[in-house]
Amino acid sequence: MANSYQLKRVDFIFRNENDWEKVLSTTIKKKPQELINELISSELKGRGGAGFPTGLKWKLTSEAKAEKKYVICNADEGEPGTFKDREILSKVPYKVLTAMAVCGYVTGAKEGFIYLRGEYKFLEEELNKEIAEFEYYCKEINLDFKIKVFMGSGAYICGEETALMESLEGKRGEPRNKPPFPTQAGFKGSPTVINNVETLVHTFTIFKYGAKKFYDLGVQYSRGTKLFSVSGDTPKPGIYELELGMSLQDFVYEFGDGDTKAVQVGGASGFLVPRKKFKDAAIGFKGKLTGISLPTGGSMMLFNSSRSMFNVLDNYLEFFREECCGQCTPCRVGCQQLLLGIKAVKRGDKPASYLDKLLRLTETMQLTAKCGLGQSVANSFSSIVENFREEMIY
Amino acid sequence: MDPIKSLIQNLADQYGRQRENLLPIMQGVIERENFLSEYSMVEIAREMDIPASEVYGTATFYSFLETKPTGKYTIRVCKTITCAMKGKGQVLFAIQDMLKIKLGETTPDNRFTLLETNCLGWCHKAPAMMINNEVYTDLTPEKVREILSDYMKQNGSI
Repeated sequence: MANSYQLKRVDFIFRNENDWEKVLSTTIKKKPQELINELISSELKGRGGAGFPTGLKWKLTSEAKAEKKYVICNADEGEPGTFKDREILSKVPYKVLTAMAVCGYVTGAKEGFIYLRGEYKFLEEELNKEIAEFEYYCKEINLDFKIKVFMGSGAYICGEETALMESLEGKRGEPRNKPPFPTQAGFKGSPTVINNVETLVHTFTIFKYGAKKFYDLGVQYSRGTKLFSVSGDTPKPGIYELELGMSLQDFVYEFGDGDTKAVQVGGASGFLVPRKKFKDAAIGFKGKLTGISLPTGGSMMLFNSSRSMFNVLDNYLEFFREECCGQCTPCRVGCQQLLLGIKAVKRGDKPASYLDKLLRLTETMQLTAKCGLGQSVANSFSSIVENFREEMIY
Repeated sequence: MDPIKSLIQNLADQYGRQRENLLPIMQGVIERENFLSEYSMVEIAREMDIPASEVYGTATFYSFLETKPTGKYTIRVCKTITCAMKGKGQVLFAIQDMLKIKLGETTPDNRFTLLETNCLGWCHKAPAMMINNEVYTDLTPEKVREILSDYMKQNGSI
């Protein structure tokens, strides 16, 4: 079966491009509408995991009427198993800055923020140096755009866009109700574009090489490339840029250790795919006609057969219980009860059928939790419990 | 003037007294004082003219804004899945054995506090830990003993 292997390595993101000055100055000579159309035709979708069309986001913000607008780069990379944004910011920060400035030009924003997670504090100094150099060049070409680095302080939930804005305003990082969406009322109530670090770098590629080059990569509904953070039981952990749309089977051929039992796609809030389903699963956004499509922020964690799936789930739930902001009841109580519940089943205090009750609880959370954290606990919980039920009980 | 008061005043001068500068100011206090005491939180509230409860509420939301006394060096060992699979337990055991403290405790000389934390973003080089802002990866019990003894020597003891 090894001949079915067909992963397509690409090198756009980390390619060293020393001409960001030229890219910036030529891009901002085009009309904003032209740039938005370029982005829309590239079909770039957000690379943080949610997959909102980037062109549409920029368009909505540019159409919003307001005195002040903002651009935010979301570098609060907290999902277990992702570490690509750190690598981008340490290797090609100028691409991120350029993309932010272009976004400012398109939407009419004059200020940008990079919300950097507290765990990456060591990047701050170097980043500030880059920004100083960048702003100097902006002045030279009469582009009025300022960028500030804002440090987070260890809260996973602040990666959620509205929670991030609350945090940026100096408050507890509790997600807001949506709508209104940030494109209408974001930071300080002003229209705001908030993009993941990697998404911004892709816009740089699109502005430099054209939308077609990006569109030609990947598959229908999932265009372009994506950075994957590979970790767990693999002989070659690290960061890889691959075309979207690959099958999980091919991925495991390349990165597995020969004994891969399951792969967690999309971190703790994503899905666990057991070995028997590798063939049917493809990595990309929903909309593909056959098989399961799995969106991901890039986290790919491999588990071999020495790992207990109970321990994996226990670890995830512990994570969610601690990182839940506590604002809404389904998530606050739900995460605690799920953790207590699987432990009780394991100990034998509760019958195996209790797992079905817990599954119903995750359905409730999916429907009623306020933000993506509470809603997505169901993803990993149900995919682990349904596929490895016996490991939960014995 | 007492040092904490003047520190907070300086930070407020540097960042501004609007609400959105609360986090940078608290981070600045932690950098110097290691943690946010009740006294410094009240002082921050006074300086920024907001209720002290707001400062406390915000501080306690963030896991890196400690409101309990911590040592000069806070050790945060990553406990999330990949690190947990790749030997975090042995690393933690080695640290506890060396510092003679348990998880969540501070050494009697107020130098080291040992904590666990959620994903640090170094899963490809697990297990990982942070000592203040410094990151250490690919840890083994031997490696962690070396790192810690360097920290201890820096302080002229052992």
